[in-house]
Amino acid sequence: MAGRTPFHSSWAAARAGLLGCGLALLGLGSGCGQEGGEGPPGAREPIRIGHFASLTGDTATFGQSTDRGIRMAIEEINARGGALGRPLELISEDDRSITEEARTAAQKLLQRDQVTALLGEVASSRSLAAAPEAQRAGIPMISPASTNPKVTEVGSYVFRTCFIDPFQGAVMARFAREELKAKRVAILFDFKQDYSVGLADFFRKTFTELGGEIVADERYTSGDIEFRAQLTTIRAASPDAVFVPGYYTEVGLIAKQARELGLTVPLLGGDGWDSAKTLEIGGSAVEGYYFSNHYAADSDSPKVQDFVKRYRDKHGEAPDAMAALGYDAAGILADALVRAGDVQGAKLRDAIAATRDYDGVTGKISIDENRNARKDAVVLKIEGGRFRFYRSVPAS
Amino acid sequence: MENFLQQLLNGVTWGGIYALIALGYTMVYGVLRLINFAHGDVYMVGAMTGYYAAHALGFAAQPSLAGLLVTLAAAMLACGVLGAVIERVAYRPLRLRGAGRLAPLITAIGVSLLLENAGQLVFGADPKFFPALLESRELVRVGGIALSNVQAVVLVTTLALMATLEFVVMRTRFGRAIRAVSFDGQAAALMGVPVDRVVMGTFVLGSALAAAAGILVGLSNPKIDPLMGIMPGIKAFVAAVLGGIGNIPGAMVGGLLLGVVETLVSGYLSSTYRDAIAFVVLIAILLYRPTGLFGTPQTEKV
Repeated sequence: MAGRTPFHSSWAAARAGLLGCGLALLGLGSGCGQEGGEGPPGAREPIRIGHFASLTGDTATFGQSTDRGIRMAIEEINARGGALGRPLELISEDDRSITEEARTAAQKLLQRDQVTALLGEVASSRSLAAAPEAQRAGIPMISPASTNPKVTEVGSYVFRTCFIDPFQGAVMARFAREELKAKRVAILFDFKQDYSVGLADFFRKTFTELGGEIVADERYTSGDIEFRAQLTTIRAASPDAVFVPGYYTEVGLIAKQARELGLTVPLLGGDGWDSAKTLEIGGSAVEGYYFSNHYAADSDSPKVQDFVKRYRDKHGEAPDAMAALGYDAAGILADALVRAGDVQGAKLRDAIAATRDYDGVTGKISIDENRNARKDAVVLKIEGGRFRFYRSVPAS
Repeated sequence: MENFLQQLLNGVTWGGIYALIALGYTMVYGVLRLINFAHGDVYMVGAMTGYYAAHALGFAAQPSLAGLLVTLAAAMLACGVLGAVIERVAYRPLRLRGAGRLAPLITAIGVSLLLENAGQLVFGADPKFFPALLESRELVRVGGIALSNVQAVVLVTTLALMATLEFVVMRTRFGRAIRAVSFDGQAAALMGVPVDRVVMGTFVLGSALAAAAGILVGLSNPKIDPLMGIMPGIKAFVAAVLGGIGNIPGAMVGGLLLGVVETLVSGYLSSTYRDAIAFVVLIAILLYRPTGLFGTPQTEKV
């Protein structure tokens, strides 16, 4: 256990440790190994928070942004004296954007680092791969940005601080139908990603309920670089708009190839588009397109502007939604630690579940009975090579 | 009908990339009876070299056709050298010691893994976005069939490289030497053909073509990463077998055919079945023609 001070016990602390253990055994089962095996925690011993993230690979900006957001939150919390009188220590583990690796990364954090709580992932498939590990260990896990409903259904220890795809899909379906007056929409989704499959489903459902028609339903696989075949089929169906609920890597390529084929109707997407890379790859081909998101960096809320400024000073670029969600997830965790008064898994779990109206940069966050966050969504428009706030949609 | 023609055009452009890679497989197989499994990774190095060259030489900021050609030449040159080094280090020592056909196959896999992992160390594991050396726009449109300038450049470059290769192999002294070694290496050596130099030259040619494929992919599908060579490498190998491995026109046709089949499956059925159906087509063709479309049955030399 590198970096940990071994046994420097005072009798009081040892008794507190034993008491905590006893309580856990009596009432809530797991969680004893953590503190008991290591000796009683010293007063200033850091509380370890694990973050598993895609720091490299296909969706590297997701993991990197989230990590920066979390780090910024933790630095600020520590500057204010930490939580429970102890500093927070962040341990990040890279899953290289690979689904199976997310589970391994979570295992490492749980077993080797004995973390108090887990933060991660952005991609729903990877959160789903890791969540059973957190559940089994009885350690709370908060996904900052996984929007597929299945993620928190894994168990009582799994939370999220973002809205879910039934809401996001409905927002974009309503936007297409009511704002863009689209009657015929084509869908192009990534059938290897739970996120993309789910979002396409919810969009399809709401859009047809609103009297629209899905005229083409095409799919691709993460990692594909050639989409001209599907786009030609979509073009033949002459849609009014195309819904592409994918991740940024593919979205930029899709937009480019669509323009080359003369497909000029608007492309619509979800929060998977939120990365500076969408603009870098897509260039002028993504101009005028819309996507739903968790927050807008150009919002005029003072809280957001303050966050954007501090982030920009540190990293030289505006925070994307993943950074903002990471920041809020860490903030909610610290808030729950204080309310729990303990690092023990079950107590912390209950405190996170009791979060109401947390004032985050991505809006007011309340955790509902299904451990999901209820919050507003925004629609952004790509204009002049930037993401611009277009409108906001209240939580239903 | 219009859409079908558009799909054919998409397929031929995509297949041209496979064809360029397949040529390297087939030429090396022709002279050495060796499947050079590192070939897909040479294609990756080609794309990466192009990426860095375009940035270093300032073409990324100021796109032009000349910049594209210089980038293409730089990548082909670098990969030609890489091909020669791979041959010299990983295959020739085994060949000179009379190793069988299995040992070089294993070193080929070793070189492939080396390039993939070294690539992740040197270039980083994150995908990079190939600079737009050509601002993509619609070039011509006949009815509903759109041809972008990028697709046109890919097609023209592919065809020009194939024609050049055909010329080199059929009309030059070096080409004749390649054919001689391919026909019977021992006899060629006895006739004074410098077999080692011919083999190295074949690697240089094949690797340069793979580099060109890497640049063209960077141009039309601008996402590149250190593992990008794995799938196209396998597909191009399939294309070479489909056309009849060891046969140059066969590799070209095999590559184009595979590209068209993949595109039609993605366009008319579902991209979910793309690879499965492409491989079923391969099996079906090989059942009828075990030596591939253009292959001739070979009697085993004793």
